[in-house]
Amino acid sequence: MTENIMAVLILINLALTASSRLGGCINLVAVQGIAIGLLPLFAQEGLTLRGFLLAAFVVILKGIVFPRLLINTVRDAAVRREVEPFVGYGFSLMIGTALTVIAFWLGTKLPLSLSPSGMSLVLPGAIGTIFTGLFMIVSRRKAVTQVLGYLVMENGIAAFGLAVVSEIPLLIELGILLDTFVAIFVMAIMIYHISREFEHIDVDQLSALKG
Amino acid sequence: MKLESVCGYVLALIAAPILLGVINRVKAFFAGRRGPPVLQAYHDLFKLLRKSAVYSGATGYVFKAGPLVGLAAVMLALTFMPFGGIGSIFSFNGDFLLVAYLLGVMRFGTVLAALDTGSSFEGMGASREVQFAALAEPALLLGMAVIIRMTGQLALADGLQSFSFGLTAASSPIIILLLMAWFIVFLVENARIPFDDPNTHLELTMIHEVMALDHGGPDLAFILYGAALKMWLIGALLVNLLIPAHTGNPLLDLGMFGAGMLLLAAAVGIIESTKARLRLLRAPQLLIAACAFSILALVLVLR
Repeated sequence: MTENIMAVLILINLALTASSRLGGCINLVAVQGIAIGLLPLFAQEGLTLRGFLLAAFVVILKGIVFPRLLINTVRDAAVRREVEPFVGYGFSLMIGTALTVIAFWLGTKLPLSLSPSGMSLVLPGAIGTIFTGLFMIVSRRKAVTQVLGYLVMENGIAAFGLAVVSEIPLLIELGILLDTFVAIFVMAIMIYHISREFEHIDVDQLSALKG
Repeated sequence: MKLESVCGYVLALIAAPILLGVINRVKAFFAGRRGPPVLQAYHDLFKLLRKSAVYSGATGYVFKAGPLVGLAAVMLALTFMPFGGIGSIFSFNGDFLLVAYLLGVMRFGTVLAALDTGSSFEGMGASREVQFAALAEPALLLGMAVIIRMTGQLALADGLQSFSFGLTAASSPIIILLLMAWFIVFLVENARIPFDDPNTHLELTMIHEVMALDHGGPDLAFILYGAALKMWLIGALLVNLLIPAHTGNPLLDLGMFGAGMLLLAAAVGIIESTKARLRLLRAPQLLIAACAFSILALVLVLR
């Protein structure tokens, strides 16, 4: 089951690099968040209270709260789609595929042995998700897409943590989630203010002075 | 060369135009019409064959050779394709490449004939066809590499026939990725929605149709029949993966294969009825996605 979730993660990464609709991107990230939230339920030690709590928190935050925040922001800022990213969508998709391949290669190189056969998708999936998030942050113009990139990167780190290390105390996990929540909250408010002040959320133009 | 392989081949030659009829009937059903008869493609072909060709004074022998080269190439490529449990007529190690490049020869013939007319309009269609083909070929070839790697067989017929339901279930993610990639290739190679609409003649959107505009009579019949055979060929790739049943009974195998082809045609009809054409600029993106699926499948196999 973990493997299937990881496969979903990888496919969502590819779809994210190719999609220009902000609403669609937010939905994809929401599905990715829910998939990540389901990971603790299939951890090695079976279903525990800790895993269940963690899954509930992650699903509620990443699957419902973050997307709602971002959708509200997008609606207030009145943007429907990303126009003219720094890297075109076809080329983005190629880069996304290349990043996934690199992630697979890295997955075989890292000395973490998750499954004895070494055929696991967990490491490549998590690393690929982190790469995709980074790529979205550097290659997109609109602030909303960059926030999505940050979320995807966070998803990758969470997938890595949830699937690889099952010994992190619950409090620390929840603390990380709270940090992410605050970050997204602040970013959503920022985007709202940027769009009210400048009538667009194109961060590339923020460096220009405005009287 | 076995007798049943030849029978399968002949059946493919006879049955290929039915796919077009099925697609059109499904589309008509979705639009609430009765639609043309399933065998309409045969009537069209025979009507065209009875006519005589008209050639423009500006065209040379390349224009006349194009349809013949295309039909010959695809008929030869079809001899390497297994149909369900029935093996192919010819088979040797590495014939994957030959099949892919015979499709390339077919395209080359059609494109050259289109360019030979000197019409800027046909040149536009040729340019589009080649652009999309350049993106569809990596997806097809990488997918074939996946099959070679999965089965260890270097011949197309052996490779496709070593699939069974057990092997397919064990490596379902790879097969699903491969099917998605090849289905996109199937749609673009046969000029279907969302890439091209074979039923309209709108100059902004045509890809394949625009190259056949100046052909008439038997030449047009060859082009239409060649397109039907190409659809059968690439469809057979998909159906061989989707229904890897080899019961040993040739009739049963052929029946299941035929049912699979009809299902595929129905699926294409449903997609054509429910989807809109992509903008021409967006089409390459979908093809790159097909390549990405093939690459992912290859990575999963290589691990």
